[in-house]
Amino acid sequence: MQRGKLLFYFIIIVCVIFITRLFYIQVINEEYRISPFNNSAVRVKYEYPERGYVFDRNGKLLAANQPSYDIMVIPREVKELDTLEFCSLLQIDKADFQKKIDKARIYSPYLPSVFLNQISKDEYAYIQEKMYKFKGFYIQSRSQRDYVVNSAANVLGYISEVNESLIESNPYYQAGELIGTQGIEKQYEEILRGKKGMKFIQKDRFNREIGSFREGIFDSLPEAGKDITLTLDIELQQYGEKLMQNKRGGIVALDPKTGEILSLISTPTYNPNLMVGKDRSKNSVKLFGDKYNLPMYDRALQAQYPPGSPFKIVNALIGLQEGVITPQSSFYCYHGYQYGSSSRAFMACHCNVVNYPIKLEMAIYKSCNAYFANTYRRTIEKYKTPSMGIDVWSNHLKSFGLGEYLGYDLPIGRKGLIPTSEYYNKNYKNGNWKSTATISNAIGQGEVLTTPIQLANLTAAIANKGFYYTPHILKKVENNPFTKFNQKHITTIDAKHFDPIIEGMFQVFEIGTARYSRMETIQMCGKTGTAENFKRINGRKVQFEDHSIFVAFAPKDDPKIAIAIFVENGGFGATIAAPIASLMIEKYLTGNISRPFIEQAMFEKSLAFEYQKQLFSLTSFEKATK
Amino acid sequence: MRKLRNNIFYGADFILILLFLILVVLGLLNIFSVSSTSAQFDALSLSSRFGTQLLWVGISIPTVIIIFFLEAKIFERFATLTYVFILIVLAGLFVFGKNINGATSWYSFGSFNLQPSEIAKAITALTVSKILSENYFDLRKLHYQWQIFLIVLIPAILISLQPDPGSALVYAAFFFVFYREGLPWYYIFFGLLAILLFVTTLLFGKIPMLISLLVFLILASFYLYFIKKRKFSRFGGGLFIILLFSSMFILSVDYIVTNVFEQRHRDRFMVILGQTTDTKGIGYNTNQSVLTIGSGGFTGKGFMFGDRTKGKFVPEQDTDYIFSTIGEEWGFLGSSLVILIFTAFLLRILVLAERQKNKFSRIYGYSVASIFFLHFTINIGMVIGVLPTIGIPLPFFSGGGSAFLGFTILLFIFVKLDANKVYEW
Repeated sequence: MQRGKLLFYFIIIVCVIFITRLFYIQVINEEYRISPFNNSAVRVKYEYPERGYVFDRNGKLLAANQPSYDIMVIPREVKELDTLEFCSLLQIDKADFQKKIDKARIYSPYLPSVFLNQISKDEYAYIQEKMYKFKGFYIQSRSQRDYVVNSAANVLGYISEVNESLIESNPYYQAGELIGTQGIEKQYEEILRGKKGMKFIQKDRFNREIGSFREGIFDSLPEAGKDITLTLDIELQQYGEKLMQNKRGGIVALDPKTGEILSLISTPTYNPNLMVGKDRSKNSVKLFGDKYNLPMYDRALQAQYPPGSPFKIVNALIGLQEGVITPQSSFYCYHGYQYGSSSRAFMACHCNVVNYPIKLEMAIYKSCNAYFANTYRRTIEKYKTPSMGIDVWSNHLKSFGLGEYLGYDLPIGRKGLIPTSEYYNKNYKNGNWKSTATISNAIGQGEVLTTPIQLANLTAAIANKGFYYTPHILKKVENNPFTKFNQKHITTIDAKHFDPIIEGMFQVFEIGTARYSRMETIQMCGKTGTAENFKRINGRKVQFEDHSIFVAFAPKDDPKIAIAIFVENGGFGATIAAPIASLMIEKYLTGNISRPFIEQAMFEKSLAFEYQKQLFSLTSFEKATK
Repeated sequence: MRKLRNNIFYGADFILILLFLILVVLGLLNIFSVSSTSAQFDALSLSSRFGTQLLWVGISIPTVIIIFFLEAKIFERFATLTYVFILIVLAGLFVFGKNINGATSWYSFGSFNLQPSEIAKAITALTVSKILSENYFDLRKLHYQWQIFLIVLIPAILISLQPDPGSALVYAAFFFVFYREGLPWYYIFFGLLAILLFVTTLLFGKIPMLISLLVFLILASFYLYFIKKRKFSRFGGGLFIILLFSSMFILSVDYIVTNVFEQRHRDRFMVILGQTTDTKGIGYNTNQSVLTIGSGGFTGKGFMFGDRTKGKFVPEQDTDYIFSTIGEEWGFLGSSLVILIFTAFLLRILVLAERQKNKFSRIYGYSVASIFFLHFTINIGMVIGVLPTIGIPLPFFSGGGSAFLGFTILLFIFVKLDANKVYEW
């Protein structure tokens, strides 16, 4: 009898083990709890709402949607067909047909896969009629973006398929879905896309659908995407793009009273519709691969240029605020400024006002380097050490939104560079440097870098006499005004210091560097700039034609537009940047152009030759090194 | 005494039959749930799994009645004859058999398929019982041991050649019977040791196993020599020999696994031992069935509400993997209840077997318990992912006519023998 116990114990042990194991997999282990989302027995079918439309500030449609058509195939259901007819209908060859069908079959014989994607509307109409002949094939319509206006590609951005890493980090997206990847499509993705609806469908192990899961208790309806209105004035945008044709650079125009971005131009640009549809990936490779023109590079937001002379205005403001100069202070210019004992420690100046005391106003409209070098040096040397001086100076600049991300609602940007003591201590051993080492900062050359949008914002702050609103592109969602950027940023400069500066900037148009761009009807204030630029080729610094820079706002007494323009290698600020600025201001304020000859000249002005030259020197170097 | 015969079921164990009926009903319910997934489901149509199963349950009723009409002695008397007959039938498969799923295990009669290996279990059990119950038979003697091993091995080998190694493995159940009837303990001891060494060698590899054996030998020797001085001479030699054979076994396991096993065999073991995690290929079945059971949670999704059952994610869910449906639709409560009912069923057979005065009946009862136990353990162990994939049915649950009929015959011969004990005062 004792031996009979063995099986008895075995049975008990097995029973206990089984129940324990069941308790583990059914009750304890969360891994096996299956929600309808990660249940392979349930397919979630998504219904995509239409993406929201995009309008400009005047209600002009910028982005809409259009249907596109994919030819789908379910390999298992494909019956004998006249391959020749089918191929000629779709304009593919027989090998291609076989390849596509094999690919679909490998993916799954039961599931639909895309056979031919994004056929055009015309093709669709033709093919649709004959489709009944081909069992297993059907046409599926999708909605795709349609950019109605061939403009503002850098602002609108584009949509593309979600990538692996995003699918992992954001559970909303599934493979093959679309997401805004650049511009406002990215920034306001969640507003524009709406919310997809979900249907849970029971399927079997061959992935065939066999009905609704639990009578649809988990299902949800799609929520439509919302239409948005941008602050952009598309007419101004298009006009600016036309003025900038054959020139590289960026223009940012703001409404200083609100911080609304009126136009954001980056050239060379591209047709936003290139990034839509079946040629998207091909075009994308081409556009991103163009490393000389960089069409995908938003020069208005991403390009960091030395600000050049417009930077003198802030230096003057800081000088006034710090009390090292007054509007009446005057300096002499000796064709430049000697800031050290060596003959090389000399900053040249082309203001040509010699033996005559230069006051602030004149210094601005004549753009005198010597005046601002003096002012800058006094500002820095007001403090015990140059480090302290530089930090005070850079804090003033930061209050204008320089040297930091501005915080605007577009997904890309650069900080620019406003050096601090830390920066110089890193570059000069033991902090062994003097204010004169940084003297180029006085004229916006040196280490300072700004982006066009920062410079436009600076101009807006000056127009407002000491405050600005963060630049932004979104005006309304449906009919609700967007209020996120209603907060005023006040600069460290007192309002009273702005009057002499604005007067000086007014004189720039009246009798100063930009007098050829003057208009009778509109009182404009501006400042020309010309920034030297170098490219490092083969380890050698090669100087190219200067960048043409201009900042302006108008009208003088009630500023409605503030604008900053960079034209790469455009030469002297007054030759290209200033006329373009004045044309854009006129266009925005009056709606028409009173000086067609200047407009014509700007349309026709091409810097292609200059860029060709650069390209040549770059490529010849590349060839030489091969 | 003859009066008692008026009721043929007189003396049959009520509890056992009740447990049997519960299992059959539960089995039918689950098969109904699994087969109701296809679109053209017609419960009574023979084209559905439920329909055929119901038919076989129907067929088993007259079979049971016939068993009860027969004289109890007949089973003992004709055991050897039927044994020879079934061997011929099994051998005949190689000539006339029908190949289904790669195994030639079926005789085909029109749309009917019969699997003789399912009946062979009952017949082998009868034969083993008959031989062991002979008075002269002594399992402590080597030539008797070999004799009885051979009785079990012949059908096992024939079946494993079909090839249906799962069904052949069930014959290992007879070791419980042999042990019960006097097979020396060391057979079981070495059997278990071999299994233990096999698994641990697969898990840890041969070198760590050999080293730990060596360490064990040294420690044990020290213990015996210094602390139990007198016992060293008694056990030392035996210990050494056991360890020597163990290390040889480890080396041969390593050799067999790498050189004799096919990849699929290796994979099946490795998946269970957690050495391989492949949820798409070889581990697919186990992974899907464990996921399905797990998805049932504590209370289950409800009868006919198993979405993974509906989706037919688990292969062979109506046969070998039927338990995953129970797990999904009835949850922990239902599935552990089934385990408990099965355990009660097994223990009931065991208790009844031990009660038999007649040696033949006792051994047969014990065989029945062992066979059901092995089916139960291997099948559910596989489905819940604690044992490697070995395809054998879960008695009374798995769809399959021959198997159901085979199990019913196996059980009811015992019920008849048990009922008959009243005549054997």
